[in-house]
Amino acid sequence: MTLLLAVVIGVLYAGGLYMMLRRSLGTLIIGLALLSHAANLLIFTVSGLARGRPPLLPDNGVPAGPVSDPLPQALILTAIVIGFGVLAFTLTLMHRTYQITGSEDIDELRSTE
Amino acid sequence: MLTAVASGFILAILVALVRRISSPAAGWFLAALPACLAAYFSSQASRVWRGGPILEHHTWAPGMGVALDFRLDGLSLLFALLITVIGAFVLVYSGKYLRDRARLGRLYGLLLFFMASMLGLVLAGNLLLLYVFWELTSISSYLLIGFENQRAAARSAALQALLVTVLGGLCLLAGIVLLGNIGGSFEITALLAQGDAIRAHALYPAALSLILIGAFTKSAQFPFHFWLPKAMEAPTPVSAYLHAATMVKAGVYLLARLNPALGGTTAWTAALVAVGVVTMVGGAVLALNKTDLKQILAYSTVSVLGMLVFLIGLGTPLAFQAMAVYLVAHGLYKGALFLVAGAVEHETGTRDIGKLGALFKSMPVTASASVLAALSMAGLPPMLGFTGKELLYESALHAPVHAGLLTTAAVAAGALLFILAAAAGFGPFFGGGRHSGADVHEAPSALWIGPLVLATGGLVLGLAPALMNAAVRSATLAVAPAAATPVDLALFHGLSPALVLSAVSAGGGLALYSLHGRLIVAGDGLKPLAQWGPASIYDRAVGALNRIAVTQTGLLQTGYLRHYMQMVIVTTVALVIAGIVRWAALPQMVGPVGPQFHEAVLAVAIIIATIFAVRSTSRLAAVAALGVVGIGVSLIFALFGAPDLAMTQLTVESLIVILLVLVMYHLPDFGVFGPRRYRLRNLIVSAAGGITMTLLVLTAASVQYAPPISTYYVENSYTQAHGRNIVNVIITDFRALDTLGETTVVAASAAGVWAILRLRSRKGFFK
Repeated sequence: MTLLLAVVIGVLYAGGLYMMLRRSLGTLIIGLALLSHAANLLIFTVSGLARGRPPLLPDNGVPAGPVSDPLPQALILTAIVIGFGVLAFTLTLMHRTYQITGSEDIDELRSTE
Repeated sequence: MLTAVASGFILAILVALVRRISSPAAGWFLAALPACLAAYFSSQASRVWRGGPILEHHTWAPGMGVALDFRLDGLSLLFALLITVIGAFVLVYSGKYLRDRARLGRLYGLLLFFMASMLGLVLAGNLLLLYVFWELTSISSYLLIGFENQRAAARSAALQALLVTVLGGLCLLAGIVLLGNIGGSFEITALLAQGDAIRAHALYPAALSLILIGAFTKSAQFPFHFWLPKAMEAPTPVSAYLHAATMVKAGVYLLARLNPALGGTTAWTAALVAVGVVTMVGGAVLALNKTDLKQILAYSTVSVLGMLVFLIGLGTPLAFQAMAVYLVAHGLYKGALFLVAGAVEHETGTRDIGKLGALFKSMPVTASASVLAALSMAGLPPMLGFTGKELLYESALHAPVHAGLLTTAAVAAGALLFILAAAAGFGPFFGGGRHSGADVHEAPSALWIGPLVLATGGLVLGLAPALMNAAVRSATLAVAPAAATPVDLALFHGLSPALVLSAVSAGGGLALYSLHGRLIVAGDGLKPLAQWGPASIYDRAVGALNRIAVTQTGLLQTGYLRHYMQMVIVTTVALVIAGIVRWAALPQMVGPVGPQFHEAVLAVAIIIATIFAVRSTSRLAAVAALGVVGIGVSLIFALFGAPDLAMTQLTVESLIVILLVLVMYHLPDFGVFGPRRYRLRNLIVSAAGGITMTLLVLTAASVQYAPPISTYYVENSYTQAHGRNIVNVIITDFRALDTLGETTVVAASAAGVWAILRLRSRKGFFK
């Protein structure tokens, strides 16, 4: 499964990067979202996959058996929320840029004027 | 001593804070500080001469072996007195000299700043502290050379001096670090005590070369001499103070200071004697065809600096005496001559010796000071310069090796200095130059008092050199503790070989002076040679550096976002692949868990959705595909034991899709820009990025550096934080501060969104 997920991550990265390399504002957003998924999945996969053992403790507080690693999950949880914040901000900025410049070609945004 | 150094900095800051000091009289006021410091150092003199070095210790950064250690011994004392005495006169002088009154405060501040740095340099008892002050003097020199920063020539001269001295300063720092490692301490006292161990160490040659480069650049030794004549762009009092009397002698000071630790080896002697002799003769020769007073003086300073380095290299007790005496003699006469040159320029408006002459009647006081100083420089009795030069000849005659050659060089330099002294100190007042002197007046007292006192000092010490016995003995003791001999300076030693040599050099100088006009013309014929000189090498190096910078900036900073991204991606790919190859870990193709059918379907669905999102030209279709990817990812989280992630991802994904649909509705369909080969290149670059990440995942999943730290959280989640959902406990308790940061980011982004949206409501804002 690690191999399969590694391929999924590779495809997500390649897709995200390709979308960001295009000159259009709209594809930049899509690319950003894809990259964010790719990064989250990367952390998740690298920390070791364990099928169906959530890091929840029974009532007595002592784990019944091995559970999946809670720390990467906490990291990813943070990353998902921050990724959303960044995406929302970028999206608004892009929209505003398009409104002002009337173009969605990033190559036309070279000057700071 | 900390107080002495700090007071200079404090006064400099005060002068800078008081914004407008435009009164020339302020110079007399400010000169009180160096005068008091000079008095303080004089009061310590007898204690130092009799009792040895005075040490002072203040902690600064004990963990790094850096302390505010100060050390006042015979050598430091000599320098400290030169710095403070000449500093006082220079401050007085500057007030009257500078015509641009508005900038007077700046000049005062910088001069005081320099004085404090230079005092710190010669008093520092710790090499790292010494280095700090060393660089501070370089910086103040830079600011003072470029003082008239409206002129391009001043700016480029300042930059050149800074680049050369700071390059040497960096070498010096490396050398100091090496030396500190060899000796186990940066304390000068500790290092000087273990010279034999240092000289025998394997790293000695490296440390020595680096320290020598530092000292040679600072003291304008060949081939780094070219910055000093260019530094004459500075106002004249600055040239007198920094570039004749004090700062350029910092390299000489360092060599003398470290002589007990580094000196005496063949490499040391060879380097110092060779470089010193070449600089001593070469500097004086280069001065011959100059017509600008300050240029003549600058090149003769280069020559004298070479002489001092040469004397330290010789390493005999006599040579150290000669060094100490000539150091003082040169400080006095060269400081005076520079100040005279400034006074002459102030009154006549020119520094060209071809245009100056017969000024004696109009400027008798300045002329007297000038002649006294010139006599000292020419090495004529009864001046201190004569005593110094006699000692130089004596040392060269008794040099352990190549005595004949070295004596010839010393006598040649003596004769050349004679010519230069006559041309710069005598000619403008008695020569037959064009200036009639009729419309010229005597300089104001502030301009002649300094030169007169300094030159008279040379006369008094020349008449009674025995006054300096204790000081010179104490200085030589500091330079070479083992080789201390009694010092008995006298004006007349009887008919010695050195006296004969003095007569020879003076006679030769006199004979050549009559040819000086022709030498100037002849020198012009040699100008094409300059293109092979070190100065033009410097110019070419700086030019090449600028061209590289322009090319590189043009190459890397295109202004296109995609170019930046391509560079980032390609660099990352190269580094990660290199890391994987170096690690030589074959990625583990089969993970611990094999895929089940529904998981494989899910993975394939994500891949298909991604490809669809990339290929789609319709924005809404792309957003929908993105939603499929997000839901797929959250399902993976759910399947592999992360229900919290799955829930969060699902919520956020829904929000994102709604947001995208709302905003994308206003945007056009994705444009396809650029020719086909651009898109192909993008495809290749991003595919390389994707493949690299796949390999990275496989490699990272197959190695484990350290045991996971999560065990702690699993064990303590319930007992300490009373929570059974470990992920939640980590976020809200164990790593609560991180969550606070995360919340802040989200809040900031919300504020940003809000601000951008509000901008829209103001109609016509951007139109």
